Amino acid sequence: MKAYFGRRYMLSASHRLHSESLSAEENRAAYGKCNNPHGHGHNYVIEVLVGGPVAAETGMVVDLVALDAAVHRQVVDRFDHTNLNLDPLFEHLAPTTENLCKAAFELLKDALPGGELEYVRVEETENNFFQCYRA
Amino acid sequence: MIFLTRRATFSASHYYWNPAWSAEENERVFGRCSNRNGHGHNYTLEVTVAGVPDPVTGFVVDLKWLKDVIENEVMSAWDHRHLNLEAPEFAHVNPTTENIAIAAWKRLEHAVTRQGGARLSSVRVYETPEIFAEYRGEA
Repeated sequence: MKAYFGRRYMLSASHRLHSESLSAEENRAAYGKCNNPHGHGHNYVIEVLVGGPVAAETGMVVDLVALDAAVHRQVVDRFDHTNLNLDPLFEHLAPTTENLCKAAFELLKDALPGGELEYVRVEETENNFFQCYRA
Repeated sequence: MIFLTRRATFSASHYYWNPAWSAEENERVFGRCSNRNGHGHNYTLEVTVAGVPDPVTGFVVDLKWLKDVIENEVMSAWDHRHLNLEAPEFAHVNPTTENIAIAAWKRLEHAVTRQGGARLSSVRVYETPEIFAEYRGEA
């Protein structure tokens, strides 16, 4: 039987929303306070949902300890307590939460210890969040 | 199509154990969850039904009715129980979060289908705020 196993992780990071293809004025218009040159930060929640058959021997879709290790290695350790703009992934890409969500999905999809990545959800604050699904 | 979700909470104890394995193997795979004295959680159950709102009432289903179904089919069987020892579906199946979601679906599906008007869409079970499983009725 196919079921889904979900896990939530937290990481803290700073960022500045700024697009190379916009002028200084256009960046301020597009991103408002988020374009502050000194950046600002968030406590992000990364929610990962993994789908797959429930193994008869264990009753599990994926081993929680192994999943935690993979998500920490691929995503949490990479971004936690960093400036997202300095990560090579965001060298030429604004580190919006949409793009962070897509990046986390790409970093995780082939790195899971079992099952298939169903979605990655990133909560930037309690009031806004983004989900990236398997295409 | 509207998806309507009702949340309910229950508290229960459990442990993970595969009787075909040695004690060492159980401890290696399940870690602290293999302690045969059990441990417990405050579970949160989210039951989502899908349907079209009734033109007269505006309801997909009556929430009070859904609350009663969850109470009668799930809460009365699992709340303040030891899942391995007292819930028949876990006599020979590990009460993992995944299996709890599947078992809750099986307990609820018949009552929701019998009512008509809506179908059970998903059952999500939170073991802690950071650990959850979902079942959508897939084979």
